[in-house]
Amino acid sequence: MNPLFAGRRRKNLVAMGLSLTATTFGLGWLVLILGSLLWEGFSGLSLAVFTEMTPPPGSAGGLLNAIMGSLLMTGLAVLIGTPIGILAGTYMAEYGRRSRLTSIVRFINDILLSAPSIVIGLFIYEVVVYPMGHFSGWAGAIALAVIVIPVVVRTTEDMLTLVPDSLREAAASIGLPRSLMITRIAYRAAQAGMVTGVLLAIARISGETAPLLFTALNNQFWSSNLNGPMSSLPVVIFQFALSPYKDWQALAWTGALIITFAVLALSITARALATPRKSS
Amino acid sequence: MEPAGRRTVADLALQTDAIGTRPAADRSRVLAKLKFSDLAFHGLTRAAAILVLLLLSGVIISLIIGSWPALSKFGPGFLVSERWNPVTENFGALAPIYGTLVTSFIAMLIAVPVGLMIAMFLTELCPQFLRRPIGIAIELLAGIPSIIYGIWGLFVFAPFLQDSLQPFLISVFGNVPVLSALFEGPPYGIGMLTAGLILAIMVLPFVTSISRDVFSAVPPVLKEAAYGLGCTTWEVARHVVLPYTRVGVIGGIMLGLGRALGETMAVTFVIGNAHKVSASIIAPGTTISATIANEFTEAVGDIYTSSLIALGLILFVITFIVLSFARYLLLRIERRIG
Amino acid sequence: MAAMSVVSAYAVDISGAGATFPYPIYAKWADAYKKESGNGLNYQSIGSGGGIKQITAKTVTFGASDMPLSGEQLNKDGLTQFPTVMGGVVPVINIEGVKPDEVVLDGATLANIFLGTVKTWDDPAIKKLNANVKLPSQPIVVVHRSDGSGTTFLYTDYLSKVSADWKSKVGANTAVEWPVGIGAKGNEGVANNVSQTKGSIGYVEYAYAKQNKLTNTKLVNKDGKTVTPTAKSFMAAAANANWEATPGFGVVLTDEPGADSWPLAGATFILMHKQAQDAAASKEALKFFDWAYGKGDKMAEDLDYVPMPDKVVDAIKRSWAKEIKDKDGKPILALSN
Repeated sequence: MNPLFAGRRRKNLVAMGLSLTATTFGLGWLVLILGSLLWEGFSGLSLAVFTEMTPPPGSAGGLLNAIMGSLLMTGLAVLIGTPIGILAGTYMAEYGRRSRLTSIVRFINDILLSAPSIVIGLFIYEVVVYPMGHFSGWAGAIALAVIVIPVVVRTTEDMLTLVPDSLREAAASIGLPRSLMITRIAYRAAQAGMVTGVLLAIARISGETAPLLFTALNNQFWSSNLNGPMSSLPVVIFQFALSPYKDWQALAWTGALIITFAVLALSITARALATPRKSS
Repeated sequence: MEPAGRRTVADLALQTDAIGTRPAADRSRVLAKLKFSDLAFHGLTRAAAILVLLLLSGVIISLIIGSWPALSKFGPGFLVSERWNPVTENFGALAPIYGTLVTSFIAMLIAVPVGLMIAMFLTELCPQFLRRPIGIAIELLAGIPSIIYGIWGLFVFAPFLQDSLQPFLISVFGNVPVLSALFEGPPYGIGMLTAGLILAIMVLPFVTSISRDVFSAVPPVLKEAAYGLGCTTWEVARHVVLPYTRVGVIGGIMLGLGRALGETMAVTFVIGNAHKVSASIIAPGTTISATIANEFTEAVGDIYTSSLIALGLILFVITFIVLSFARYLLLRIERRIG
Repeated sequence: MAAMSVVSAYAVDISGAGATFPYPIYAKWADAYKKESGNGLNYQSIGSGGGIKQITAKTVTFGASDMPLSGEQLNKDGLTQFPTVMGGVVPVINIEGVKPDEVVLDGATLANIFLGTVKTWDDPAIKKLNANVKLPSQPIVVVHRSDGSGTTFLYTDYLSKVSADWKSKVGANTAVEWPVGIGAKGNEGVANNVSQTKGSIGYVEYAYAKQNKLTNTKLVNKDGKTVTPTAKSFMAAAANANWEATPGFGVVLTDEPGADSWPLAGATFILMHKQAQDAAASKEALKFFDWAYGKGDKMAEDLDYVPMPDKVVDAIKRSWAKEIKDKDGKPILALSN
């Protein structure tokens, strides 16, 4: 065999071997973490977890109020944050690609990606909770929305930028208005990546504790009133995991298991719905 | 040939009001309507961009106001002082800044190559039917809430490190000149290395999913052309895919770095919150976000609270510098190629 | 009908926030109280500092803090303060072959260990107190809290009282600049780290030491007597304290006199506005605490808390009638007995 080709082949084999190792490494962590979650949390899983309120130590109970609160606030946060993020990302990639506004927004957005979530919580505390005079589910949802926005902006812009310009030109050449070109063609081409962005954002807020502590507070009891303190799974997990009582700790692990598998289910469903039929 | 059921651009254009088939008066009305909706959409996206700008600037401004008492009291010395004494209210940010940079560096050092390798595996090597399950599995690493990483890190991972990896590192590098300083001290389990490793696991899916998405956005013709020339898979990935997608890849890395720099809960549990700058990466340290999370809720004094908020502001400045540096690198790459 | 729904909405709207230490017992009380009266009271642990800030900002009906505010601070913000339950802080150790209640330490030695001047377990200072215990010549690993905490406040307050060195070099606060040792998150973190690390010493709340069956030490108290951490010895510390002479009952129960007093006890406090902004909510909150003082003792003991002595409770109730008033200056809750 040609020695040059043999060398290239060897290099290729090494690289492929490394990529396989890397994948095993990544999956290994997942197995490890999920394994310990199942180990600690599975025994606590029962119907009561989904039908009863968070108990005081020493009593039986579940996580219903926390699960509902989390669903409600996460859902609202995504409903508020995603459209804003996608529209802003669209402006940056489609209309103002070279404008000053885009570069400023992009910069601030990237900085905000690393904002410690507690800082976001403090900001919402100042502008929502303090003027209202009480903690509320709304404040929690808004705080989470502010965390969603930068992630969605970033991924939307990135994915739209990758859409080949020839598609846009083709659309323009047949007289398709720009807004239709974006919503019907660019969005479709960038769909998978944009969904990834939203999923990453949901995953990120689904476990946030710090921004909720000073906005939604938490609630021991059932509450569907978005104007009052509202319970959430991460805050309950946080409080219960670090308590001295075994029954609370067990409930915390169960809660952790539920969040994680909920996010898993969500990822799979969204992927199944959003991935274009064309396999890549 | 387009597969059946897939609509073409022309279909869409025709369907959205059948421009060509109406009488002239109708046609101008439709065009006016289209023009209006076009302008409205443009305005809407612009408004969203401005809203994002205002919202996010609001966060920064509120931080500046909150940190003002501490910054005006300590001045620039705040940045270089290692002291952190809540009793005498004498604060400095050096240790948290150092810890933030070190832990994020460890995290990126592991996550970037591993993440890119996984993305390459997923787009080039992996059997078709396994691509989606493995991709979702890696993404799930991002779906595990950070508080769970924290609790898992504290109760499962740190004790494991204390018993195995850390003694191993100490015994291996203990006598190597420069490296011994990096692994000095007893194995506590918690510390900067532990935090860095957990951050690496958390950042990995960000780098992987984004890279995978942009890798699969590479037009097949480019890859096919390279394969046609006889390139190996590695060469295609290295010389075709990576250059084509570098902007997106760097975006993914930035997203990951952003998370590493600002990650709170996971780090808070395993960092040890020691306000000391030590060369050893197995020593306890602290990061900016961990300090805020660990101390904010119990901090009573005004200067104390303000100093913690000032740390948050400094984190923004650090991110700013890191981002500018990344932009500069990107620009240089582009210039070299262009 | 409309008026009624307003009233019941108020009743549900009582929220309190603050200290982490009493969170489990307030949750327990609130649950039992709701079953009995139908009124919910939502308490959340956001930290003592958070509790003080929230009551000052009037976003909650009451705040809670493990660290009492001084009379001066209370007056400045128009607040009143009263203790609800007590607990204790316990030094815990991990030495091979040593069982709970075997090792005795005194304040000065404890301070020196945490200052880093006593470095090994067979140091003469420790040996002198423990003639009968076999102590290894192992280095001492100090474990302290990494997060700000009322527990740390009590602990460092005690060390400041018994050691001039500690007072001048470190001092007392919810977080301090620790001279030596590693930080662990939360009581659970400290408990976990101590049980993992041979030769370590840390400090946790009594409930954590008891529930996790950690190896606790005994301590020599102010009267020179050796005491074990039990509900009784916390109670003894409380009985000897001068509650009524301190503004807002703000006694820090460390280093109290008395032969049976555990030197590291502490109460947790409730903060309310003297002039209630929302009189109905304040009234409901006071009714809740009134109920808790009367019927909550057993629940508190089950969770390893120590109820307040009756004498102190009476004084607290008198202070409510005197201090907490509505906009017209009328007491919100008149004395029930």
